[in-house]
Amino acid sequence: MDISTKKSDAPPSSPLPADLSAAEQKRAARGATRPGDRVFLGLSRGSGIFLLVIMAAIAVFLTYRSVIAISKNESNFLTTFEWNPTAAEPSFGIAVLAYGTVVSSIIAMVIAVPIAVGIALFITHYAPRRLGGAISFVIDLLAAVPSIVYGLWGALVLAPHLVGLYGWLDDYFGWTGILEWQGGAPRSLFTVGILLAIMILPIITSVSREVFRQAPQMHQEAALALGATRWEVIRMSVIPFGRSGVISASMLGLGRALGETMAVATVLSPNFKIEASLLDPNGGTFAQNIASKFSEASEMGRDALIASGLVLFIITLLVNGAARAIIARRAEYSGANA
Amino acid sequence: MAKRIDISGLSAYYSSFRAIEDISMAIEPRSVTAFIGPSGCGKSTFLRTLNRMHEVTPGGRVEGKVMLGDENLYGAGVDPVAVRREVGMVFQRPNPFPTMSVYDNVAAGLRLNGSYKKSELDGIVEKSLKGANLWNEVKDRLNKPGSGLSGGQQQRLCIARAIAVEPNVLLMDEPCSALDPISTLAIEDLISELKERFTIVIVTHNMQQAARVSDRTAFFNLSAVGQPGKLIEIDDTERIFSNPSVQATEDYISGRFG
Repeated sequence: MDISTKKSDAPPSSPLPADLSAAEQKRAARGATRPGDRVFLGLSRGSGIFLLVIMAAIAVFLTYRSVIAISKNESNFLTTFEWNPTAAEPSFGIAVLAYGTVVSSIIAMVIAVPIAVGIALFITHYAPRRLGGAISFVIDLLAAVPSIVYGLWGALVLAPHLVGLYGWLDDYFGWTGILEWQGGAPRSLFTVGILLAIMILPIITSVSREVFRQAPQMHQEAALALGATRWEVIRMSVIPFGRSGVISASMLGLGRALGETMAVATVLSPNFKIEASLLDPNGGTFAQNIASKFSEASEMGRDALIASGLVLFIITLLVNGAARAIIARRAEYSGANA
Repeated sequence: MAKRIDISGLSAYYSSFRAIEDISMAIEPRSVTAFIGPSGCGKSTFLRTLNRMHEVTPGGRVEGKVMLGDENLYGAGVDPVAVRREVGMVFQRPNPFPTMSVYDNVAAGLRLNGSYKKSELDGIVEKSLKGANLWNEVKDRLNKPGSGLSGGQQQRLCIARAIAVEPNVLLMDEPCSALDPISTLAIEDLISELKERFTIVIVTHNMQQAARVSDRTAFFNLSAVGQPGKLIEIDDTERIFSNPSVQATEDYISGRFG
């Protein structure tokens, strides 16, 4: 009561008094005239700027060190199949790393996204509530496992068990060349892809689950009332609603797959070759290469590794940009405007 | 393609709570039947038992018989999905599929039921939109999202979507409660036209609306909160609003309670 009397006693303050300076009026228009508003505006704007500054700092650091390394490189940075930054005539390139990173991530996405979407739909639309909760809990636990544990499990348990699958793939699809197996240890980009798929499953599942859970009841009822089966309801109203969310979730997963270090380094031994077959135990990824070489690298070696890190940074930016473009292209139909 | 509905001894439950009790009535084909009554009396629940939507709610359960023509909707072996293809529904809030265009919204039910040639589909979509008095307003924007239309247009789009599959019955759950008076009038005019072809059941809180659009009116009431809703009486609309046979009905429509 006290406060309200005080306020009504105060001189009436119109939202935009005429005697304010231009800057003050601008601030008032943004709603930041009271102290609380001003503090909050400052905080939120500060956080936004802070993020941009960090991104810029990373980009500048990577670019600066990369330029030093690349200027000393005697061969083409993008197309060379070797990594000898400390030789008398430094020669190193990211071709193998880019190939390995992209291919293992694609394999991971191809495996993980459909499974994650399936689990999320099962939890939200098929499973009894209690079972759904239990599954969610287990999936979230998967996210808490450290990546080195995944790596050890991948190398010691998963890889030996893939011998059968490798043989089967070679028998039936060996003729394609990309699934040909010479009989080496099953520690290839393919194995890495499977391992990464398991690692990114939790994040994609959790985010998709939350999006599907929010699919509006009224649109699901609309589909039901038209005589849709449960699957048709999901196809007509749940999946379209969750589409952009699933893309965002997949991008989070992809980001992790592209940058995963320890698990890949544990399973795959770096080897600067590109083989046609995904089952061939050759290849490497950016993060794995950096992790395995950084501690013993000279200054020049480090700069070269940082240059490769810059390329990973750019690839990640491009992928995220592409995903945003896909989401924006159909924003009109996103369901957010319902 | 309008069929008579005969309901006998129908009760609906939410888990152990009985929401409506022992309702029996007949709904005539090619007419509009309005359900009125205070909030919570089970009108909407009852409406949703007529296309087996009630059981979609967790814990939802129905006892009794609903005869559509000579088929019991709750008979053994009746597929609720098939029932809903015969009994269309329009909801309180317009709910066109936001991810679909105007055209795809109307075609949605047809595409569920089978495959049509493009030209056939075009014809049905046009006919349904004309049937919903919406064609002239949307014929140049069939490929734009349905959610871009105004509220009243969206509701007529939902009606077009429901009638596109040629149901026997059209259920409307307070179809105008989220609309402005002009859109409401457009929908009411449409209802009068649609009753030539369909059996229409409409739930409404607006008694003038019930008086304007319906041929028969059913009044529902509940004795106290927590008690199941019951059918008090059903009669020709004119009689209900001029000379109802039960005192409670007169009290309700004259605004003395409820």
